[in-house]
Amino acid sequence: MSRRTFTRRRFLATTAAASAAVIGAPYIRTSHAAGRLTIGFWDHWVPGANDTQTAICQEWAKKEKVDLKIDYITSQGNKIMMTATAESQAQAGHDMLQMIAWYPLSLAKSLEPVDDVMNGLIKANGKVEPAIEYLGKSGGHWIAVPAITGTQVKPPCARIDLLKQHCGIDLLAMYPAGKPPTKEAENWNWDNFVVAAEKAFKAGNPFGLGLGQTTDSVDWVGALFASYGAQLVDAKGNVTVKSDAVKQVLEYAQRLVKALPPDVFAWDDASNNRYLISGQGSLIFNPPSAWAVAKRDNIKVAEQCWTFEMPKGPKGRYAPFLPFLLGTWKFSKNKGAAKALLAHLNERSNVEKIVNASGGYDIPSFQSMRNFKVWEEVAPPKGTVYHYPPRETQQLSMAGSPAPTNVAQQMYVQAINTKMIARCTQGGESIDKAIAWAASELEGYART
Amino acid sequence: MANGVATDAAARLPASRRRAARRRFARHKSWIAFFMALPLIALIAALVVYPALYSLFLATLNKGMERFVGLGNFTFLFQRDLFWMVVKQSVIFAVSAVIFKALIGFVVAHFVHNIPAKGQRKWRGMLLVPWVIPPAMSTLAWFWLFDPSYSAFNWVLSRIGFHNVPWLGDPLWARFSVILVNVWYGAPFFLIMYLAALKSVPEQLYEAAAIDGANWWQKIWYVTLPMMRNIIAITVLFSLIVTFANFDIVRILTAGGPIDQTHVFATWAFQLGIEGGDLPLGACVSLFMFPILGVAAYFILRDINRRGNEA
Repeated sequence: MSRRTFTRRRFLATTAAASAAVIGAPYIRTSHAAGRLTIGFWDHWVPGANDTQTAICQEWAKKEKVDLKIDYITSQGNKIMMTATAESQAQAGHDMLQMIAWYPLSLAKSLEPVDDVMNGLIKANGKVEPAIEYLGKSGGHWIAVPAITGTQVKPPCARIDLLKQHCGIDLLAMYPAGKPPTKEAENWNWDNFVVAAEKAFKAGNPFGLGLGQTTDSVDWVGALFASYGAQLVDAKGNVTVKSDAVKQVLEYAQRLVKALPPDVFAWDDASNNRYLISGQGSLIFNPPSAWAVAKRDNIKVAEQCWTFEMPKGPKGRYAPFLPFLLGTWKFSKNKGAAKALLAHLNERSNVEKIVNASGGYDIPSFQSMRNFKVWEEVAPPKGTVYHYPPRETQQLSMAGSPAPTNVAQQMYVQAINTKMIARCTQGGESIDKAIAWAASELEGYART
Repeated sequence: MANGVATDAAARLPASRRRAARRRFARHKSWIAFFMALPLIALIAALVVYPALYSLFLATLNKGMERFVGLGNFTFLFQRDLFWMVVKQSVIFAVSAVIFKALIGFVVAHFVHNIPAKGQRKWRGMLLVPWVIPPAMSTLAWFWLFDPSYSAFNWVLSRIGFHNVPWLGDPLWARFSVILVNVWYGAPFFLIMYLAALKSVPEQLYEAAAIDGANWWQKIWYVTLPMMRNIIAITVLFSLIVTFANFDIVRILTAGGPIDQTHVFATWAFQLGIEGGDLPLGACVSLFMFPILGVAAYFILRDINRRGNEA
C-alpha cells in the first residue's frame, strides 16, 4: 500500500494552482451579492398585516439578491420612538426605520435625502398629501418617504341605531355605502355635532371623545382647531394663540365637554375603543380598529358601526391625520438597496396588497390610491368604512401644523391643545387665562 | 546536558522570586479586594458613570445639540412654571409615599414579628408579593382597577350606592392614585427591613423595660426606635432615592396628566427628551434630581456615621 506524502514542493504547487484558479475564475454572484439590508418596521395592530408586507419585501430581496432582515417594532410604550432616537444618537442600527409623524424632521440631520425616490413616486402616483410634505421635507429636500402601514385618519365611527334613535341623524342618508356624501352631509357641522352630543348624553349613550394627552385626543382636537382656523403658532413661528378663532374653539369646547363622560381627561388611545365596543358610547373619533375589535368581541355593536366624515367648521372640513414615514439613515451601508425597496413598496399594486391585509386600516398618502376596493367590500355592515379614506371633500389636519417643526413637535407631545381645553373646563380657569398659559408655553417651545 | 542544568537553575531562580513577589502582593489585602471588585467597578463605570457624565454633557448643549450653552438649559428651566410644578409634585409624591410606606412597613413588621415563628414565613412570603411582581405589570393591573370605563372600584362603589370616582381623570384623585400604588408596591420593602431590625433587638432590653414598668408605647419609643434608628434612616434614604426617580407607575397610570398634575422628574424628562425631541432639556430635568438626593444622602449618612462613632 503506497502512502502519499504531502511534501513542501507539492504544497507550493497545489497552492499556486488554487490561487491561479481563483484569480482566473469568472465573478459568480452569490445569493446575497447586493449586500445586507436591515429594516425596522412598525408592528401593525391588525393581525396578518405584517406578513403581507414581509412577503412583498422578501420577494423583492430574493429578486435583487439582498440579504434582508426585518424587525417589527411596537409603538406600545413608545418603543419605536425610542429606537429612532437611540439609533440616531448611536449612529448605528437598522439601515431603514419607520418613524411616527415628527421624528424624521427632528432627526433630519441623520437621515439620507430621498429626493430621487420621492420625485419618482410623485411622477408615478401623482400628488402626495400636503401633510406628508410638511413632515417629510427638511431644508427643501425629502428626508423620508410615506410608510403605508400605520398611516391613518381618525374620523367619526358612530352607531347607526343610536344616532338615529337619540339624535335623529340618519348616517346612511348622509353617507351612503359606495357613493359620495349626499346633500344632507352639508349640514354635518360642529354646531349640529354638539347638539347631537347633548342629545346622546341625555339618552345615556354619550359621544366618547378623549381629552387626554395621547395621539387620539390630540389629533381630533387638532382637527377641531383647524376647522375653526385657530392656529396656535403660524408657519413663521410667531405665537398666534391670542386670537378670536382660538377663543371661539374654547367656548365651543366648554359646551361640548358638558356632554361628554366626566373622565375623558384621563382617556388614552384605547379608552375610546373600549367605550364604543362596550355598547355605551354612540360615537368616537378613530380609525376602523375599534370596529374591527367589535367585530371580534361584540358583533352586535360592529353591525351598527359606520365610519364617515368629520364635522365641518367655519374654515372647512378637516380629518385628523397621523402618518408614519420611512427614513434611511446616513450611516447605512446599503443606501442604494434601501432606496430601491422604498420605491418598490410604494408601487400601487404593493400598496393595495398591504392596505387589503390591514382591512383598509392603512391610508395611502398618495391621493390617487384612495379608491381601492377594500373600503367598499369590508363588512358588516357592507360599506361601513367606505367613507374612511379622506377624499376631495376633506382636508387632512396634522395637529401642531403649520408651526415650524421644532415647535410643532413639542405642541403635539405636550398636548397643548387638549390641555387648554382641560384648563378652561375641568381646571376651572377662564378662557383668557388658559390662552395666556398656552402663550407662555409656546414661547418656551420655540427655544433653539 | 550541562547546558540544560544551567538553564533549569536560571529558570528556577526567577520562579522562586516570582512566588515571593506573589506572596508579598497577597499580603496587601487592599489590592486583592480592589481586583476582586474590579468587574463590579467596570460595570458601574459603564452603566452608571458613563451615562451620568454623558447626560451632564448633553445638558450643556442647545436643543439641536450643535453648540455648547453652558448652564443655559438650567436657567431656561428655572423660568418655566411647569418646571416648578414638577418639582413640587415630585416632592409631594416622594415624601408622602415614603412616609406612608415607612408607617405601614413599621406597623405590619410589628404584627408579623408577633406571629408565632411557625406561621410567620407564610405571612412574610405573602406580604412580599407586591414588591416581587415587576411594577410595570402590577401597575397595569391597577390601571384596569382605575380604568375610566370599567373601573372595578367604581363598580363596587356604585353597588353600594356611591358615585363613581374619577380616579385618574381628576388631578387630586390622580395624585392620590399614583401615591397609593407606589405605597402598595414599596411598603413590603420597609416591612422586611424593619422585621430584620426588630429581630436583632435583644429581648433583654424589653424585659428590663418591663421591670421598670414601661408600657407598650414607651417600649417602642425608648427601646425599639433607638435600636432601629440606623435601619430606618438607611431604608428611608434608599426609598427616597428610588421614589424620586420613579417612572413606571406615573407613566402607566396617568402619563403625567391630567393637566400635567402628576408629572414627576422622570416622566417629564422622558416627555421632553424622548417624545419631544429635546434631549438636552430632558437631560437637565433628570439631572435636577441629583443635587436634591445628594443633599438628603449627605445628611442621612452623616447622622448614621455619627451614631456609629458614638457607639
